[in-house]
Amino acid sequence: MRGATHAKWAACAAVVALAATGCGGGGDSGGGGGEDGIVSSSWTDPQNPLEPANTNEVQGGKVLDMIFRGLKRYDPKTGAATDMMAESIETTDSMNFTIKIKSGWTFSNGEKVTAKSYVDAWNYGANLKNNQKNAYFFGYIDGYEAVHPESGEPSAQSLSGLKVVDDLTFTAKLSQKFSTWPDTLGYAAFAPLPQSFFDDHDAWIAKPVGNGPYTLNSYQKGSEAQLRRWDDYPGPDKAQNGGIDLKVYTDNNTAYTDLIAGNLDLVDDVPASQLKNVQADLGDRYINTPAGIIQTLAFPFYDDAWNTPDGAKVRTGLSRAINRDQITDTIFQKTRTPAKDWTSPVLGEDGGFDDTLCGDSCDYDPAAAKKLIQEGGGLPGGQVKITYNADTGSHKDWVDAVCNSINNALGNEKACVGNPVGTFADFRNQIGEQKMPGPFRAGWQMDYPLIQNFLQPLYYTNASSNDGKWSNKKFDDLVDQANAESDTAKAVDLFKQAEEVVRDEMAAIPLWYQNGSAGYSERISNVTLNPFSVPVYNEIKVN
Amino acid sequence: MGRYVIRRLLQMIPVFFGTTLLIFLMVNIMGDPVAGLCGDRQCDPATAAQLRKEFGLDKPVWQQYLTYMGNVFTGDFGTAFNGQPVTELMAEAFPVTIRLTIVAIFFEIVIGITLGVVTGLRRGRPVDTGVLLLTLVVIAVPTFVTGLIVQLVLGIKWGVIDPSVSSDARLDELIVPGLVLASVSLAYVTRLTRTSIAENSRSDYVRTAKAKGLPRGRVIRRHLLRNSLIPVVTFIGTDIGALMGGAIVTERIFNIHGVGYQLYQGILRQNTQTVVGFVTVLVIVFLLANLLVDLLYAVLDPRIRYA
Repeated sequence: MRGATHAKWAACAAVVALAATGCGGGGDSGGGGGEDGIVSSSWTDPQNPLEPANTNEVQGGKVLDMIFRGLKRYDPKTGAATDMMAESIETTDSMNFTIKIKSGWTFSNGEKVTAKSYVDAWNYGANLKNNQKNAYFFGYIDGYEAVHPESGEPSAQSLSGLKVVDDLTFTAKLSQKFSTWPDTLGYAAFAPLPQSFFDDHDAWIAKPVGNGPYTLNSYQKGSEAQLRRWDDYPGPDKAQNGGIDLKVYTDNNTAYTDLIAGNLDLVDDVPASQLKNVQADLGDRYINTPAGIIQTLAFPFYDDAWNTPDGAKVRTGLSRAINRDQITDTIFQKTRTPAKDWTSPVLGEDGGFDDTLCGDSCDYDPAAAKKLIQEGGGLPGGQVKITYNADTGSHKDWVDAVCNSINNALGNEKACVGNPVGTFADFRNQIGEQKMPGPFRAGWQMDYPLIQNFLQPLYYTNASSNDGKWSNKKFDDLVDQANAESDTAKAVDLFKQAEEVVRDEMAAIPLWYQNGSAGYSERISNVTLNPFSVPVYNEIKVN
Repeated sequence: MGRYVIRRLLQMIPVFFGTTLLIFLMVNIMGDPVAGLCGDRQCDPATAAQLRKEFGLDKPVWQQYLTYMGNVFTGDFGTAFNGQPVTELMAEAFPVTIRLTIVAIFFEIVIGITLGVVTGLRRGRPVDTGVLLLTLVVIAVPTFVTGLIVQLVLGIKWGVIDPSVSSDARLDELIVPGLVLASVSLAYVTRLTRTSIAENSRSDYVRTAKAKGLPRGRVIRRHLLRNSLIPVVTFIGTDIGALMGGAIVTERIFNIHGVGYQLYQGILRQNTQTVVGFVTVLVIVFLLANLLVDLLYAVLDPRIRYA
């Protein structure tokens, strides 16, 4: 019996230990209606720490957009870059810019926003030592190579192109002509940073402090961020509600269910499986508006089989074999719009969007497709493999549909197959190692609403996101000319000419423009999505 | 018994190293995690190299493993890609999952064993057949189907519960998810108990107990149940580990930010530190649960002793 009593004691101790952790508690945060009402919104855990120059995905960007205001801000409706903190940004040669900021702005901790707040922040963002993932945004500024060399240690700590003139003025010298550069300054990476960021970085990361209409009240990583209206915010776009609670959801289906059950006010990512019911569930509380996102199929131009003299015919043929209308209707329930060029409708016609640019090359025509592919020497290896990551989104669905469409058009069951890769990281990995066996999924979400952003990073020789390593001298020249052109309309025109080169060579097959989709509860109103498909939180009203 | 426990604990060491090494290698085979950190664009090479250096990914795998294990013994499980120490992630996730597991085990024990005893004593009667059919259905239907239906019916149609669990994950919120998580195991516990009870109710010692004139309740509890519980306890014990690691489906459906969720995120983002850290702790939990089960045998059946 002795053994038995001991065992009994051991078992009980373990049970007690387990039970001790089972204590929970906490109450609901109450939110009234009207001006002080709190809006709850779905969220996904940001992948990176919240730093302006280190956040490159939408989820972290949402928070930055609420707690920061930069020199420019993109109009939530039109996407046009308008002055926010900038009093003026002047240049005579498209290379040397003088930036004056408005006075009277402070960070929410009371510290003044000065020219130094910007220069320090940009120097921090560009410096290789700080591992900032958006560092390349500062690549146009003179002296970038010294603080962010391609290999080895940085030889300087700050960008030589940036100079503080006085409290509210600083100058920026670029390393090349870039007439529309001021319009890029609305991107979150260009936000100013308070001194506390540099003094106690860890504390700042745990609870970021900015100069936007909201302050971060509490931030529990992985579960919830509570943002509250900052009453002393000096800007013109004050928050119309008391605050936003961003709640992390493990699955967007659960978030949608919570919205239907009345536990959540706003879902900005309606799951694909619910698109069929969304009209019946929400009626006009469902938003489906164009966003600056385009999906394409890129090609491995580093592979000789895909880089043949007649290859453009094969690629155009493939483009014509894809029935975009049918796929966007049936698989995406019209949350995608068939692409007619390589940019996005959010740019508007003045910004360079042109729905005739692709023309025939994007029209579904099985007979023409078959003919073009034959003329171009047939499919490399007799089969195309479309590579995609299978872990997120509904990539498998549309890749299978695209392949079906190609197979039907060519009358060959095996002309096209999908090639799934397990995780996004591995997918990016294989792209980086230039191992793509054929066309691969490429998505581009704009950083700022400029036609330049849809072309240069993706198709310029050795550009940061030119994953297919396409290279064309004519295209590069046109882009250089466009960047040097100080007249915006002429610059856009030159970019469109460059885009025509992309079309003639079919450097990538444009598939469709992606819409932002959101749904909201009866408790709130005035909900819109900006061109980045992020809700315009500060304008939401609580009824 | 002390020596037995020590021997068992010592046996855990090779198991511990073996599993961590396996997991470490498996996650590493998936490729370079830094590639996925910059979204749909490529990280610029200099920053990528810098990040690799920071996370120690530029060293050979064996060296990474040794460094990692060295750190683990000082309580440092490394840093997740969002800059959070893995220990911090654990401190958030494990209490939630442990609560969920406790709820699930509670239901397994209370409902499973009760149903098992009732059916075991009434073999062939309508109750028995009914429960048997019911358990068959529960076992056959996958957890995510049960979970989604329960969520839809109770959460939206009837509005009895919140469809999602708040970030506090209080015990009362976890009742329904716990029940869903327990459902399949619960059915097995019922069936195991039933069989065991049915077998033992014909044994000599039960007949003797009855012949002594002991009250029926005492015969069932002290004599019949106690001896019938050994296979059930084995099952529940191993289930503790399985529930904690396998709660991923239930956690996703009910928005519970527990171990399953963190592991899922860690695998998606190829975050070696998170995955290896969590799995290491789960391995320890599993090993301890097994030890606990073996010790419980002696409580249930004093003839079993550990020298």
